[in-house]
Amino acid sequence: MIVSLAFYLFAAVLIAAATMVVISRNPVHSVLYLILAFFNAAALFLIAGAEFLAMTLVIVYVGAVAVLFLFVVMMLDIDFGRLREGFQKYTPIGAVVGGILFLELLLVFGTWQFASEATTLRFAPMPQGHLTNTEALGRIIYTDYVYLFQIAGMILLVAMIGAIVLTHRQRPGTRRQSVVAQVARGNSISLEKVSVGAGVKALGIRRPPEPAAKPREFASEDHTDGGHH
Amino acid sequence: MGGTTEMEIGLAHYLTVGAILFVLGVFGIFLNRKNVIVILMSVELILLSVNLNFVAFSAKLQDLTGQVFALFVLTVAAAEAAIGLAILVIYFRNRGSIEVDDISTLKG
Repeated sequence: MIVSLAFYLFAAVLIAAATMVVISRNPVHSVLYLILAFFNAAALFLIAGAEFLAMTLVIVYVGAVAVLFLFVVMMLDIDFGRLREGFQKYTPIGAVVGGILFLELLLVFGTWQFASEATTLRFAPMPQGHLTNTEALGRIIYTDYVYLFQIAGMILLVAMIGAIVLTHRQRPGTRRQSVVAQVARGNSISLEKVSVGAGVKALGIRRPPEPAAKPREFASEDHTDGGHH
Repeated sequence: MGGTTEMEIGLAHYLTVGAILFVLGVFGIFLNRKNVIVILMSVELILLSVNLNFVAFSAKLQDLTGQVFALFVLTVAAAEAAIGLAILVIYFRNRGSIEVDDISTLKG
């Protein structure tokens, strides 16, 4: 009884939060509702007995993906008002397509049934006894599905490298550490006796040379600005 | 582990919630034609509904394979979100806009 009450509560909050994700005016609110939706989905996973997946959902989605969304929403300087244009225009077609899809899904669920030999065709039946969900999952992930597991790791690695390569930029004019120059420097340790009281420039202490001139990155823009006068 | 086969809450409940979630995600893609961020969030909702179905079938059939598959869906969804947001950031850096209608540079 308490389980079904909890299920209905979490399912209702999940659907309400998902609706708010879609129709919310502010993308920041959308992200926050997405976090709420993921928490409730994790609760539904718990009710279904998938404890490891529930915890993974909270860690991966709420801890990483939702925060990533939040960073991007706040980093981009977006005019939220303009983004709402066409909201009313696309509502009817969206509702029609969504309604048709939902009816079709209900039709499928209504007419569909398990094969009679479904229980004999199971790949990895849940082990009976005092084995936790995480333990049981680990037993098959690292044995039967080890290649899939490795491929998942490779996908994450490729995604990480791809995201870094895509967003990394080297702006001209920034000072960066030159490892080659540091390693190739001779006399890496030197003692010098300096006279007390003289300025740093007068002593000729080695400092990084001043940049020769302002980097001419926006040369064309300067030119056009000057042309008006 | 004892609550996996509850009498009242069965497969149909989970499938219904998953279907509603899926439809909401599709609806969101149609609705937010200007905002790529919300479209990405809608894709996350759709993947979440798929995961919900996997877990429901896994619990119903007492088969752990569904949970393994849901785990891989989770992995791919995280990678997809990271790459999508990275593309979004560099697109905004170059064009100063994230409207879907503006994204037509590759159109011959």
